[in-house]
Amino acid sequence: MEVTDVVCPLCGCVCDDVVVEVEDNKVTKVKGACAVGKSKLMGHGRITSPAIRENGILKDCSYDAAIKRTAEILAAARRPLMYGWSSTVCEASKVGIELAEEIGAVIDNTASVCHGPSVLAIQDVGLPSCTLGEVKNRADLVIYWGANPAAAHGNHMKRYSYISKGYFLPEGKKEKKLAVVDVRETKSAKLADVFIRIEPGKDYLVLSALRALLLGYEDVVPEEVGGVPKKDLLELVKMMEETKFGIIFFGMGVTHSRGRHNNIVNAIQVTRAAHKHTKFNIMPMRGHYNVNGFNQVCTWETGFPYSVDLSEGYAWYNPGETSSTDLLMRGECDAALFIATDPGAHFPGESIRHLSKIPVIQIDPYANPTTEFADVVIPAAISGIEAEGTVYRMDNIPLRLRKIVDTEYMTDEAIMKGILKETRLLTLSRRL
Amino acid sequence: MAIELLIKNGVVYDPINGVNGEKKDICIRDGKVVAEVKNPTVLDAKGRVVMPGGVDVHAHIAGGKVNSGRLFRPEDGRRGSEPKTTACRACSGYSVPNTFATGYRYAKMGYTFVMEPAMPPLAARHTHEELIDTPILDNATIPLIDNNWMTMDYVKSGDIDLLAAYIAWIIKATKGYGVKVVNPGGTEAWAWAKNCDLNDAVPHFDVTPAEIVKALAEANEKFEMPHSIHVHGNMLGHPGNYEMTLDTYDLVKGVKATKDRPVMHATHTQFFAYGGTTWGDFESKAKAIADYVNNNEHVSIDLGSVILGDTTTMTADGPMEYSLHQITGRKWTNHDVELETGSGITPFLYSGKVSVHTLQWAIGMELALLIKDPWKVALTTDHPNAGPFVGYPILISMLMSKKRRDESAADMHSAIYKKAELPSIDRELDLYEIAIITRAGTAKILGLDAHGKGHLGLGADADVAIYDITPEERDAGKIQKAFLNTKYTIKGGQVVVMDGEVVAAPAGRTFFVTPECDPKLTEEMMPNLKDKFEHYYSVTFANYPVQDAYVPNPYEIKAPMRG
Ligand code: SF4
Ligand SMILES: [Zn+2]
Repeated sequence: MEVTDVVCPLCGCVCDDVVVEVEDNKVTKVKGACAVGKSKLMGHGRITSPAIRENGILKDCSYDAAIKRTAEILAAARRPLMYGWSSTVCEASKVGIELAEEIGAVIDNTASVCHGPSVLAIQDVGLPSCTLGEVKNRADLVIYWGANPAAAHGNHMKRYSYISKGYFLPEGKKEKKLAVVDVRETKSAKLADVFIRIEPGKDYLVLSALRALLLGYEDVVPEEVGGVPKKDLLELVKMMEETKFGIIFFGMGVTHSRGRHNNIVNAIQVTRAAHKHTKFNIMPMRGHYNVNGFNQVCTWETGFPYSVDLSEGYAWYNPGETSSTDLLMRGECDAALFIATDPGAHFPGESIRHLSKIPVIQIDPYANPTTEFADVVIPAAISGIEAEGTVYRMDNIPLRLRKIVDTEYMTDEAIMKGILKETRLLTLSRRL
Repeated sequence: MAIELLIKNGVVYDPINGVNGEKKDICIRDGKVVAEVKNPTVLDAKGRVVMPGGVDVHAHIAGGKVNSGRLFRPEDGRRGSEPKTTACRACSGYSVPNTFATGYRYAKMGYTFVMEPAMPPLAARHTHEELIDTPILDNATIPLIDNNWMTMDYVKSGDIDLLAAYIAWIIKATKGYGVKVVNPGGTEAWAWAKNCDLNDAVPHFDVTPAEIVKALAEANEKFEMPHSIHVHGNMLGHPGNYEMTLDTYDLVKGVKATKDRPVMHATHTQFFAYGGTTWGDFESKAKAIADYVNNNEHVSIDLGSVILGDTTTMTADGPMEYSLHQITGRKWTNHDVELETGSGITPFLYSGKVSVHTLQWAIGMELALLIKDPWKVALTTDHPNAGPFVGYPILISMLMSKKRRDESAADMHSAIYKKAELPSIDRELDLYEIAIITRAGTAKILGLDAHGKGHLGLGADADVAIYDITPEERDAGKIQKAFLNTKYTIKGGQVVVMDGEVVAAPAGRTFFVTPECDPKLTEEMMPNLKDKFEHYYSVTFANYPVQDAYVPNPYEIKAPMRG
């Protein structure tokens, strides 16, 4: 059976025109997805059973037992952390936030280790942006900065930017220009009309120079900035001024190099300076397919996008104090729930050492380094393949993931609801 | 077993049924107003003021731009922190409250229905997700259809029937309530960093904003829609815009309504009632607008009245937000939406020490006081644009008290005595008129009176507000306090607020309209629509419509096509 309009549950592009072939309840063929998307949709090894660690060994158990054990851990914890949420649907996050309120947890998503600096920058200066279809139809200048879509967002150029055709650009890339700014010549850079190679950690300087040039202060810009000759910068500025509609897509190369959120503030200021000449936009290249969705839900439910501390009954947001790594580095939390993420692979070593001392719950379809030390492991249905639900594309467009095959596994939402119910029973009986 | 409630000894203001301050009992069974009850729980109102639940005609409470406002203003979030209670989730925010706070705070003011008036169709799921998370309030939301490429195609070809087929499709696809217009043509122009006057050609589309407005009004009236088109016109917030505002009203004068209501609702009119040519000679033209509304029957308005203080402005009028940001230099977010619309957000401080803000403050109230027939006026602040909805009680107390207005004016910029009418207006609204501009009239403007809202007649929804004042109360401070926190709010027969505290938070319902288009027209329109998806949208045709899962508590209103 052929299923059309499948929504890919992998990266922030959330391609929704994938076609899959399903036979005997298995995906057998995938068309229209990029290589990584295809590999996820085809399916691979997964956790097969809920399990609880006893004497250092994970022992299979029922869903009920794993959920009960999770509730016991969370209800007993004084400073629980609930982290992940970027590769699951908003419906699961909603239950998660309710549970976090119930137990006074800190709830956080992977933004705190990826585009958190972008959020801080937006809170400082705002974000002049648009949907990806605007880019497709209008953008005659596309700039990727510290982002390598050819590797990380396989369909981004083809569906939305440089290689796509649009209403005002019916000839596609023939009518467009592509600029790439990066510290090395990436696969994306090889496609570019202009590649600007900057020295590592010099994004802020180069952005400042561009800003000065766009605002008419050519005299203050030296002959070379961050390893880039001034004439190359002048050329880029000319392109920016002459475009009818330009966009900067920025990636973790900017958020995670020296300067962090200040780089993004500066990139947004560059966008605003360019906007004095023409239409200019900027957008973060969000990584996981629903990292944005968690930030959206957390914002409308708690008022704040991530790193929200609910221990006092109201939402307290102060990244630097209330992010997962802050909490773990201070050795503060005494239980942790990880859902749809792998802190074992992404968190600094020191915080992992703390995790080895406290009870850890993992909810995920797939085994990963976190499984090695989790005390409770709960396998979940794969959102977008075995479960439906809402996700937010990198440009804030909400889409509904489809369920394309049946499964015996519980969905993230159902697991979270089970944990919420059991935890409430425990906290209630404690109060009585 | 039937759940029954009896509200005794209240002094009832129910303008739709002509009830003006009568001592009257209200019987409730299973969420509806009934003639009698057998075994009710009794609520003794003890001579307090009783009104139907409030109906807000226009407040930005849910969706993408509201959430971008929350996200980029943690400083606003912190202003409204409240811990969770047994009945309530944790709250945050002042001008951009979280969804839970929105539901609770409205309920505390005695409101039970709110219209979210600006849904970008492509992001409709987002608006609905937030409405699901907004407790207590029944709600609806209006899709933005004016800067839309399909709309402009049919405006250009002059094919109103196909335009009607398209608006029917998109209202259904977004589970929307009607047709919203925001800076017609101007927001499309903003995609190129430009803007449009009422009679400018929209770049590349060869139509004018005036043509768009007229065509949409005509297309809307092809169906028995509960609500007229809902219009935010061109050049909002610009000195001297009042003439363009009147021209916009005039565009639809000849359009015939399918129902007993106006053919245009002009929203947050305060921002459109400006004289002068610059901010220097800026002045109030509320009187010109009021004169027009007094002499015509085809337009209703809401105020968009200013609440002094810091707030977050947000609208689909992208170029307007950019100019505001240029004035203040404060942070600015913009989000243009392919083929459809856009939006901008920037914080703003209304100060009584600044002449322009003082005049804006006066203009909103002038409109309320100079328009003679309260059924044509709705009380709004265009939340959060001119101020947050929690400021309504301040406005109510001002409109009811000349003394309070005079005292406030004395503290503000002296421009109010030279360039505004307010100080010379003696009118004070009474409770009956307040009930009209906050529930009865707004329900009628939205066509919700036929669906149990805005009144307390037999069969009406048992949405009731009991305010802790008697009809004789003249103290503006006490009036304000009473309208901020009810003695009781009853929603669907259930007590949700008691003594100013939320005691229960049931889910609200979402009202949506199904325009029933002739299938032949839909079929004729479809190839053009599919072509847009095939070539220009970034999502597929199949993934676009809002699934039923996003409207878990639906209330459908069918709008048959006029034969
Ligand atoms: S670009 Fe991203 S969303 Fe699209 S197919 Fe590849 S992995 Fe999936
Ligand atoms: Zn508005």
